[in-house]
Amino acid sequence: MIEIKNLSKTFTTKSGDVEALKNISLTIPDGEIYGIIGMSGAGKSTLVRCINMLERPTEGSVLIDGVNLSELSEAQLRQERQKITMIFQDFNLLMQRNCLKNVCFPLELAGVKKSKAVARATELLEIVGLADKAKNYPAQLSGGQQQRVAIARALATHPKILLCDEATSALDPQTTHSILSLIRDVRDRLGLTVIVITHQMSVVEEICGRVAILNGGEVAEEGPVNEVFSAPKSEAAKRLVYPDSYSETLAPTPSEHFIRVVYNGAEVSKTPLIAQMAMDKNIPASIRSASTRSIGGKAYGNMLLSVTGDEALASEAISYLSEIPDIIAEEVRPNA
Amino acid sequence: MLEFFSSEEVQKTIEIFVNEFPMAIWETVYVTVISTFFAVVIGLPLGVILVAGDKGKILKIPSGVLHVLNVIINLLRSVPFLILMIMVFPLTRLIVGTVVGTVASIVPLVIAAFPFIARLVETSLRELDPNIVEMAQSMGAKPIQIIVKVMIPESIPSLLSNLTTAMTTILGYSAMSGIIGGGGLGKIAINYGYYRYRYLVMLLAVIFLILLVQIIQTVGTHLSTRLDRRPRDRA
Repeated sequence: MIEIKNLSKTFTTKSGDVEALKNISLTIPDGEIYGIIGMSGAGKSTLVRCINMLERPTEGSVLIDGVNLSELSEAQLRQERQKITMIFQDFNLLMQRNCLKNVCFPLELAGVKKSKAVARATELLEIVGLADKAKNYPAQLSGGQQQRVAIARALATHPKILLCDEATSALDPQTTHSILSLIRDVRDRLGLTVIVITHQMSVVEEICGRVAILNGGEVAEEGPVNEVFSAPKSEAAKRLVYPDSYSETLAPTPSEHFIRVVYNGAEVSKTPLIAQMAMDKNIPASIRSASTRSIGGKAYGNMLLSVTGDEALASEAISYLSEIPDIIAEEVRPNA
Repeated sequence: MLEFFSSEEVQKTIEIFVNEFPMAIWETVYVTVISTFFAVVIGLPLGVILVAGDKGKILKIPSGVLHVLNVIINLLRSVPFLILMIMVFPLTRLIVGTVVGTVASIVPLVIAAFPFIARLVETSLRELDPNIVEMAQSMGAKPIQIIVKVMIPESIPSLLSNLTTAMTTILGYSAMSGIIGGGGLGKIAINYGYYRYRYLVMLLAVIFLILLVQIIQTVGTHLSTRLDRRPRDRA
């Protein structure tokens, strides 16, 4: 279990102090794939570096299975880091070593005998599906393959925690998907705890069980992914989940009302919702943006409608929509 | 001009060439290689310290020490080689026992070259992506492991090409040392060309110096690209 308690990190720069993290407390259970999402500059990378003490927190502590990392000596910390490994956005492979030797690298650091290291590295390259690339150099591989090698390397020392720092941000959607499947697969197989730092909602949706939304160095919201993403409470979470509502190009005209419709497993795939509202209530609505998907015949996601008319018309539309099971409707005022 | 190519002159030049050039070329090569070796032995660790100690990132070295090191390197690099050679006479006498001769010229060459090499090593190592160092730290690498297993091996192509530059410079300095008793092609060029007006001999010595530089540069560049595992053409 990873316990982050009242963690703060302040950087002292020439132009003054910068508070990168403010009083962060999170508990991450074993075996979880935990997402930490936020815009750039939210403090995600600093937070993940505090978990393995690449950055020393200014205040607060990080406990891994009850061991307070801040209290460890440099040597003990190096030992502990073999159990908390990391993969990166730019893969950070050693370009002058072939794939096999890259995977051997952490084992060399740990003083493992060469023959044992090579055997372990070969086995890991097998797991990530790159056994045939053992003698190739990283520059000869695609981005996705390089990240696979990096994952193999991160797993070499039998870690219990895998930190993924924007690990798929440099990859195309398809490769992202295959890397995420690999991460989930190794979690299941090896019982790892995984922390995924990202700015991509889709990554969190795809593999995380729980998520924390980081905003301005603080945790804006935390909870199971489906709860946070279907009914975000904080401003920061809403900005992430409904980016369209905040887009300037969608500013409403004075008599226009925006209504957000959240599908939370509604059985609406067969009924034409907007047409039905137009017929039943004589309210014409237009779709400004929509991002919904059907899972097992049920709709998930959200849609932004615009209704032109007075306040009464808008509230009538909202109450009409709200009556449909598993649909949440609310008015949004983007500039409010 | 023509008198330098008279048959008598050519005859004499051939005689000097056969009698003295093999030994001179050998001396030049030997002095250059030995001097480069010792300059690297001293300069490489200094270059590493300059980079690894910077901001206490890898090695915890007091900033005062780094500052002093920087000043010493700059000082040594500012002194013209000829003057440096004369200035280090006492040290040369202490180490070699004499200040003239081929072996004696190695001492000032090393002293002139190691600060240069330290700077070149520093430049090479600074090119390394800092994220790579962070990666090694995240895996629990000790400072010495970061230096020996990451910084130096990852910089090999750049280090080799910089060392090639250093070696050609040392070769040039070694020729200069001919003025005050150093051996080799430089001595021949000065003794015959400058003191005895045998320009043909001097020309020949210069041609051989150029050839040596060419050989060092070609081998160095070849090794540097050959050993670089980042080929431009991706598979």
